[in-house]
Amino acid sequence: MSREMIVCKNLEKTFETSRGPVPVIDNVTLHVQENELLVLFGPGQCGKSTMINCMSGLEPATGGSVEVSGKPVEKPGPDRGVVYQRMALFPWLTVMGNVEYGPKVRGIPKKERRERAQHYIELVGLKGFENSYPNQLSGGMQQRVGIARAYCNEPDVLFMDEPFGHLDAQTRYLMQEDLMKIWEREKRTVVFVTNNIEEAIYLADRIVVMTNCPTRIKKEYVIDLPRPRNYVDKEFLRLREEISAVVDKAL
Amino acid sequence: MKRRKETYWWLSVLSIVLFVAVWWFCCDVLKLTKSSTLPGPITIAETFIKKLTSTAPDGATLPQHIFSSLKIALGGWAMGILIGTPLGIFMAWYKKVDLFVRPLFDLLRPVPGLAWIPLMIILFGIGLTPKIVTVFLSAFVPCVVNSYTGIRQTKDVHLWVGQTFGASDTQMLVHIAIPTALPLIMTGVRVALGAAWTCIVAAEMLASTMGLGYMIQQARGIYRPDIIICGMIGIGAIGAVFSGVLSLIENKIVKGVRRDG
Repeated sequence: MSREMIVCKNLEKTFETSRGPVPVIDNVTLHVQENELLVLFGPGQCGKSTMINCMSGLEPATGGSVEVSGKPVEKPGPDRGVVYQRMALFPWLTVMGNVEYGPKVRGIPKKERRERAQHYIELVGLKGFENSYPNQLSGGMQQRVGIARAYCNEPDVLFMDEPFGHLDAQTRYLMQEDLMKIWEREKRTVVFVTNNIEEAIYLADRIVVMTNCPTRIKKEYVIDLPRPRNYVDKEFLRLREEISAVVDKAL
Repeated sequence: MKRRKETYWWLSVLSIVLFVAVWWFCCDVLKLTKSSTLPGPITIAETFIKKLTSTAPDGATLPQHIFSSLKIALGGWAMGILIGTPLGIFMAWYKKVDLFVRPLFDLLRPVPGLAWIPLMIILFGIGLTPKIVTVFLSAFVPCVVNSYTGIRQTKDVHLWVGQTFGASDTQMLVHIAIPTALPLIMTGVRVALGAAWTCIVAAEMLASTMGLGYMIQQARGIYRPDIIICGMIGIGAIGAVFSGVLSLIENKIVKGVRRDG
């Protein structure tokens, strides 16, 4: 197989709070291959987002190490893009302004970054909305802008932190389908966090099931169903049952 | 919403017409008051038109008074914005600036602009300087407070986005924090203008030889309520025009933020 893009070795993260230390990530070792779509799947709110923050460099790990494309992660950088849950778009910028922001920060000339941004806006299906402001778009469209913005900076690795968590069920299916199309056209290494089992099986090359608080790896599944996947396919449903049975029950 | 606004605009006109009508009815028809204490709207209109060109009895025409007040109010206001807004931004963004400036600012802040006037008169006499400084102080405070609060409203997730794109601290201030704060900065600018305008009129009542406040104060001395009311109408109208113009500018500058009403 191809080279390893992300390597987490014995990753640990403990938050110091007024009520004493709270361990959130406990000894996680994880390898992500180039162009793999890895899903971190688990219950509750605890740990998975922190995993993303450690890998993207927003939070320093308190133990172990994280390497992305062979370099240790110390702070956030343009080689690692993040798509957040919601409300992460800049409301004062148009769709174009948001998508071209990454290249703009890096000082790429206007003409070039506009062309690139246009490409990704069209890739996520928002042609014609370049000059709209985020509050004029639906939730699904806003997340498309978020995806285009992360893509437009052409990172080596994309982290997606429950990007569809706040969408209604119909939109969510549609977005999963479209994300699959985008990913197949423009392959990237993606780490996708979700607590939705259907979403996990639909998208993943590999699912890593995490425990709840502190989070550690419980089990791994390689999903080799042909794409596009069918939510009611026999094997799909069997996997769904099997993985559901493994997951911690969290309130 | 928009449609309703267009259909019922006459309601806004009606309130003014109704107010003047009641005033007229009480003063000119029922004659509830003497015209030397509260004249009716017709007398006021006559005085207003006369005052546009006549310098009697206070030494200057109404436009001259208005111009004098405006000059000082706008000058002090502009200074307040130019110094107050950046200060508020820096205080909110740089911890050390905050620690250094805040104690002093917290002490000065509760002192109303008008309370500066006596000290200013002793320091600078009754010329232009004490009034500009007083107006500046009253415009300065809302500019600092609003830009400070605005910058503090910057969302963490927006800063994370900036960081993951590799933006520097200054880039994040300029690209993310200031645009976040812009609506509140504009509110500060608007509040400051109101404060500046209130302050200049009051300052002129206490120590001046010119301006709307001065005109009103003089008219009181010689029992001319019609001139007093003309002055008040001038103050009100100019204040309203200001806030209208600033709202228009605000709508042009502040983009992508949903506004109610």
